[in-house]
Amino acid sequence: MNKDDVNQAEEEELQQEQPHAFWSGIIAFGLVSLPVSLFPAHSSKVALKMVDAKGTLLRRQFFCGNDHRPLERDDIVRSYEIEKYHYVVVEDEELEALEPKKSREIDLQRFVPLSSINPIYFERAYFLVPDGDTTKAYRLLAKSMEDEQKAGIATFVMHGKDYLVAIIAEGGILRAETLRFHDELRTPEGIGLPPRQPAANKPLEQMRAAIGKLMHQQLDLKQLSDQHTRHLMQRIEEKLKSGTDVLKAPEEPQAVEAASNVIDLMQVLKERLQGRRPQTSSLPKVSASPGQRQRTVKSGNKHELYEQAQELEIPGRSKMTKQQLIAAVNRKTNKRHTRKPERQS
Amino acid sequence: MAIRAMWKGVIHFDAIRVPVKLYGAIEDRNVHFRLLHRQDLEPVQQFMVNPETDEIVPYENTGRAFITESGDRVLLKPAELEALEPQPSRDIEILGFLPRHLIDHRWYDRPYYLGPDEDSTEFFALADALEAMQAEGLARWVMRNKSYVGALQLYQGYPMLMSLHHTEEIIPVEALKPPEGPPLDQRELGLARQLIEMLESEFQPQDYHDEFRERVLEMVAAKAQGKPVRKRAPKRRERGMDIGHALEASIQQARKHA
Repeated sequence: MNKDDVNQAEEEELQQEQPHAFWSGIIAFGLVSLPVSLFPAHSSKVALKMVDAKGTLLRRQFFCGNDHRPLERDDIVRSYEIEKYHYVVVEDEELEALEPKKSREIDLQRFVPLSSINPIYFERAYFLVPDGDTTKAYRLLAKSMEDEQKAGIATFVMHGKDYLVAIIAEGGILRAETLRFHDELRTPEGIGLPPRQPAANKPLEQMRAAIGKLMHQQLDLKQLSDQHTRHLMQRIEEKLKSGTDVLKAPEEPQAVEAASNVIDLMQVLKERLQGRRPQTSSLPKVSASPGQRQRTVKSGNKHELYEQAQELEIPGRSKMTKQQLIAAVNRKTNKRHTRKPERQS
Repeated sequence: MAIRAMWKGVIHFDAIRVPVKLYGAIEDRNVHFRLLHRQDLEPVQQFMVNPETDEIVPYENTGRAFITESGDRVLLKPAELEALEPQPSRDIEILGFLPRHLIDHRWYDRPYYLGPDEDSTEFFALADALEAMQAEGLARWVMRNKSYVGALQLYQGYPMLMSLHHTEEIIPVEALKPPEGPPLDQRELGLARQLIEMLESEFQPQDYHDEFRERVLEMVAAKAQGKPVRKRAPKRRERGMDIGHALEASIQQARKHA
């Protein structure tokens, strides 16, 4: 967190506790639908937690800017500042009502040659894992797209934001790569760069000779290594070994699970791609997310719970407290699981 | 309207030095909401508090902790973290040049345009040389206490620094095993390929807009004028057809629309 941002409570703070963007839904390919989940294809950097001088883990707390009273999540409402100090309140239901009807769906209505997407559009990559009872539709789509060297293009809504996405198949695995919208990319003219002039001969020749000297045919991956994180981890290992500045885990195991920095994303992906359900212990953050085959939720942050409630169409969800949301989600999911699962083919 | 440069640096390799300015190539067009206290509609502030005492801990008095798998905390003092930060520098060091597009887009993180800083002779010579040689550079620099690796490449005729993900952040697709199952039906594969071909066109980035964002802004504007807000109910899609039949029916539909 930036020092200047401490008092700037913007909406993204509500999502802070959910580092792994996650989405479950349907890919529609013509009339064929594949239930899938999205997992990030990048693991996040080492996240350090804020502590006080004694090492107590700190908690983010909202306060009213007027009377400085501490506020609970339910006391807080989103707003849009249409002009300085003029706020329009935006309720969760109002945002939801603006979501497309099929907001849990990526509808592949267009396929484009992979090579026709300028790479500057690519923003973030996610792996798609099959969620259905069979992997057939997933494998069929992956194989035919890979054979054709085509990417499927669609828009979809994730965490209250519209995304343009390219679905790409590689090595039998489907990836969703979010694309930047055209109007998010600045142009050289928009930035005010001077018009390009042809270079004079002499500097051009020097430049070409210098580039030629340093030309390689292969990328040395070692050069892309994150030295800062490596040094940081070395420092942490040293401290662990010598036992300096190390505080033992608190007694409550639940707190440990929620706070741990270590999530083996790779292991989760390997299991999910083979259709194996995750063990809750390896999935501390995402296990309470929508679409997972979990029968009960005991915890999770309110944002996740709310999304789950939204998915389950639980009425009155925006007025519920966290405990009420947990109870309502559990009631509804248990009812759901007593129904016979739908089979695909 | 011209954009202000976010950083200045000097590209250097061999005996070449090219002073450049950096500009963000991405414009943040996301809708940012402010959080308000529902009762009095006052903007909300946030602080870090000690959960045991509920006392506010000022930012300058905070340290950091790494939490191990078993929940132990390894404490790091601000001075220690500072010592680990890279040395500030204006250098954009080129580690080498590679044929264009050799660096796969999966490494791409964030693009920055480069513009000339003062004298533009070297700058345009660099642009021409990168173009003539179909090359891109692998660059390393430190900006705002953070070290970056990036690809020095040409975009729309201008040199650009595309920052890259570090090796440690990428989960390589090669390390994963694709889902398994009984062999696929050749007829169904044929139908799937046929459907893809029928739905094929070129990628037209201009065709897509952040419609949700547009609707949110419209709704906010309507609310500001006291107009009622429209609501829509979400709907679900039907499921359960056999894949072969579904593909055939999809092809029929695509034909009708063609």
